[in-house]
Amino acid sequence: MHKTLCRGYNIGIRLIDEFLAKSKVSRCGSFRETVDIIAKQAFLMFLNMQCTVSKWTQDGSECSLIFTDNPLTEFVELPSEFQELQYCNILCGVIRGALEMINMDVDVRIVGDMLKGDEVHEMRLRLKEQKNEDFPYKDDE
Amino acid sequence: MVSIYTLYVVNKSGGLIYSRDFTSVAKVDLNDALRLASIWHSMHAISSQLSPVPGCTGVELLEADTFTLHCFQTLTGTKFLLVVEPNTPYVPALLQRIYEVYSDYVLKNPFYEVEQVIKCELFDEHLELAVRRHNV
Repeated sequence: MHKTLCRGYNIGIRLIDEFLAKSKVSRCGSFRETVDIIAKQAFLMFLNMQCTVSKWTQDGSECSLIFTDNPLTEFVELPSEFQELQYCNILCGVIRGALEMINMDVDVRIVGDMLKGDEVHEMRLRLKEQKNEDFPYKDDE
Repeated sequence: MVSIYTLYVVNKSGGLIYSRDFTSVAKVDLNDALRLASIWHSMHAISSQLSPVPGCTGVELLEADTFTLHCFQTLTGTKFLLVVEPNTPYVPALLQRIYEVYSDYVLKNPFYEVEQVIKCELFDEHLELAVRRHNV
């Protein structure tokens, strides 16, 4: 079930271009900067809300996106038999897809969900690998 | 007087996915266009390696006596090449506009497969419109 809901990935790989075309942001220097732009600009453009970035780990490879108003879950209640369903999982897929297109391999998962009685929605982002070069080949390859 | 000659879109692996002539003056046949796209792609990669200063993103402008070629590479690796008359103003703005049109009418088309050849009517229409507006 959660696997099928991960289809946000395909949305992400297309959506990133719209975001870049319309927001006119330039190249980000760090993962931290990228996450800030997602939180402040991308969420605003596509979901009309902003979220806060917090809980950075020491090495700056992991952080949380926290938000309270979520247009996806307005008028939604989870029936008791689907309590383990991660309703907002699509957002994880979108972010993963979008960041993959700009050479960042991330892992995104939901750790807090207001539908399940948590106080805030919380998504955890973990940077697995960042490929800096557009042209990743060495001379002898 | 037409100032925009041709638009090429090159995907991130160097394949030509769209080519469009806006005038009958500049005709390049499809095979040559494909070759041009892949050569430009490699040249772009080489030029960024040549740079003595790190962080170079590749060649952006080619000036010749009868035409100028503007190249705009998006952060996702797609390239838009615009061949124009020399001294045409505001080409970077037009390229940005074309990128927006591309994200609206190509990427949002559910029948379009990413990285494949672009055959989208709405893209053609809006591209035409953007170029015509630029020419006046």
